[in-house]
Amino acid sequence: MNRTWNNRAWFMVLPVLVLVAFSAVIPLMTVVNYSVQDTFGNNQFFWAGTEWYEEVLGSERFWNSMARNLAFSGIVLLIEVPLGIFVALNMPRKGWGVPVCLVLMALPLLIPWNVVGTIWQVFGRVDIGLLGYAANALGFDYNYVSDPFDAWVTVIVMDVWHWTSLVVLLCYAGLVSIPDAYYQAARIDGASRLAIFRFIQLPKMNRVLLIAVLLRFMDSFMIYTEPFVVTGGGPGNTTTFLSIDLVKLAIGEFNLGEAAAMSIIYFLIVLLLSWVFYTVMTNVGQEK
Amino acid sequence: MAQIELDHIRHAYGPAPKSDKDYALKEVHHTFRDGGAYALLGPSGCGKTTLLNIISGLLHASDGRLLFDGQDVSQLSTQERNIAQVFQFPVVYDTMTVYDNLAFPLRNRGVAEPEVDRKVREILEMIDLGDWAKRKARGLTADQKQKISLGRGLVRSDVNAILFDEPLTVIDPHMKWVLRSQLKQLHRRFGHTMVYVTHDQTEALTFADDVVVMYEGEVVQIGTPDELFARPRHTFVGYFIGSPGMNVLPVSVEGARAKFGDAWIELPDRPRGPMGGAIELGIRPEFVQLARSDGMPAEIVKVEDIGRHKIVRARIQNHAISAILREDEEVPAEPRVYFAPEAISIYAGSWRVDYEGEREGVPA
Repeated sequence: MNRTWNNRAWFMVLPVLVLVAFSAVIPLMTVVNYSVQDTFGNNQFFWAGTEWYEEVLGSERFWNSMARNLAFSGIVLLIEVPLGIFVALNMPRKGWGVPVCLVLMALPLLIPWNVVGTIWQVFGRVDIGLLGYAANALGFDYNYVSDPFDAWVTVIVMDVWHWTSLVVLLCYAGLVSIPDAYYQAARIDGASRLAIFRFIQLPKMNRVLLIAVLLRFMDSFMIYTEPFVVTGGGPGNTTTFLSIDLVKLAIGEFNLGEAAAMSIIYFLIVLLLSWVFYTVMTNVGQEK
Repeated sequence: MAQIELDHIRHAYGPAPKSDKDYALKEVHHTFRDGGAYALLGPSGCGKTTLLNIISGLLHASDGRLLFDGQDVSQLSTQERNIAQVFQFPVVYDTMTVYDNLAFPLRNRGVAEPEVDRKVREILEMIDLGDWAKRKARGLTADQKQKISLGRGLVRSDVNAILFDEPLTVIDPHMKWVLRSQLKQLHRRFGHTMVYVTHDQTEALTFADDVVVMYEGEVVQIGTPDELFARPRHTFVGYFIGSPGMNVLPVSVEGARAKFGDAWIELPDRPRGPMGGAIELGIRPEFVQLARSDGMPAEIVKVEDIGRHKIVRARIQNHAISAILREDEEVPAEPRVYFAPEAISIYAGSWRVDYEGEREGVPA
C-alpha cells in the first residue's frame, strides 16, 4: 500500500495539545511544583524534595480523613447500588408511568450540589427544619450539629437522596434493553423471580452497573460541596472527608506544599482504586 | 403429551376490538391431535406467532377457550401449562455453562440430579455440543446458541407440547437440514405434540403431517402437503405453496365452462353456486401444458431452466402465466396453452368453490 508521509500533519493535533495543556497538564504540574517546594512567604521558594509527601503519609490526620472517606464511600455504595437496582426493577416498562418516573428520577440530579446541601442543611435543622423539628417532636434526640452519628446519617441520607437516581437510570437503561424473548423463555423454563434476576437481569445489567459503581465511587470519594454546606466537616472532624480536609489545609491553613502533596496522593489513590474496580468488574464472570 | 383444542379462539392486541380488522388472530377453531406434528405456515404478520403464544400461555386470548386433553387451560400460566417453546432468536443464559443451560428447565421443576444428568447428556449428544458442556454459553456462535435453545425445549420429556417459532432462521443451511431431520426423528421416537411455525414452505412440508396455512390473521386451510398442493382452498394457499405459485386468472363461469377473455376453458364439472365476489380460475403451473395444436395462443416471455425442469413464463391475452415443463420437453415456436380440466379450481371471492359431484374439499 502506498502511503503519503507528511509530518506537517502533526500540526493538526496542536489545538488539542494546547487545550489539554491548559486544562490539565499545566494545573497539574503547578501542583507538582508546589508539592516539592517550601515557602516562608515573600514569594521565595526552597526545594523540599519528598518532605511534604512524607509528612502527609505520616500524619494521623490524613489517614483519619481517608478512613472516614472510605467508610462514607462504602456505605453510600452499599445503599445506593442495591436500592437503585431495586427501584429500576420496579419501574414501569410502558405506559404513562414511564415518563413520570423518569422525570421524578432525574429531578435530584438536576439540582446544583450546593443547593442540595442547603436544602438538607435547612431540612435537618432542629429549630426550623421539617426533619429536625419533626424528629425531635417525635422523641428522637436528633441534632446533626452536635451529634457525630446524626451528622453521618444526615450526610449519607442526603447523598442517597441525591445520587440513587443515577444508579436507577443506568440500571433502567440496562433493563429495558433486554429483549422480551428472554423473559418469555424464562417463563417457559419455569424460572423463579429470583432466577430471572440472577440469570437474566443481573448479567444484562453488568456493564451499566460497572459504570454506576465507578461513577458513584469516584464522586463519593471526592465529595466536597454537600457535606461542607451541611456540616462544614463537623461536629469536630467527624465528617471531614479528604477534600474538605484538603481545602482546610490549603486555604484555611495556607499550607500550600503539604496540600499540594496531599492532592497528588489523593489523585493517585482515586486513579488506583478506579483501576482496581474496573479490572475486577470487567473480569467478573469472564472465562479464564 | 396432549391433544390441544382451540375452541373459537380470537385475539386482539388492542383493547375493545370492534370489527374483524381489530383482531390480529381471527377466529380459529381447530384441534391438534395428540402426538401430531403440525406446521403453522404463513407470511410475516399473519398471526402465526400470536397463535403459538396463545397455546403456550405467553398471551391470553381475548375470546375462546383452550383445552389440553379436554381440560380448560385458558387461564393457566405458562408454567402450569407445561409447554416447551423455542424462539426465533437464540435465548441462552450467558453466565451459565452449556450444561447448566440445558439443565435449567429441569432443575427449576425439581427433577432429581441423576435424572437431570441423564437427560442433559442425551440432549448434548443430539445437538452435538458434548465437548462444550463445561464452557460458558457466552462465547458461542449464533447457531450454537440456537442449538442450546432448541435443546432446552427438548430436554423435558413430560411436556404437553413443544412449540417452535421459526427456530431455524439463524442456522446455516446444512445444519438446518440436520436439525430438522433430528426433530422429525425425535417426534417419531417420543411422539410429542409438536407445532412448528415457519414461513418457509419446504420446512413446513417436510416437517409436518398437517400444515395449517394462515393469512391475515385467519386459518385459510388445514391439510396434508398433498391436499394443499392439489386443492388449495384459498388463492393465497395457491400462491404461497408451490414454486412458482398457482396461476390465477379472472374468469366468468357458465355451466361447466369458464370464459377467460374470449376463450372458453373446460371445467371438470359445474361449480356449485352461489358464487359471490370476483370469480377466478386457479391452475398450478405443473398442469399447464404447452402444445402446438389446441388451446389458447400464448406468447413466451422467458424460459428458466432450473435443472430437473423448465419454468416457462408466458402471456395469454395479456395475462402472465407460468408453466412447468420437463427438462426434455421442447418449448414450441407458436405455442398454445391448455389446462388439464381435473386440475382446475374455481374461486369466488378468493375461496374455492366445490364442483357439483364433490363433497367439501374431497374430489369426486
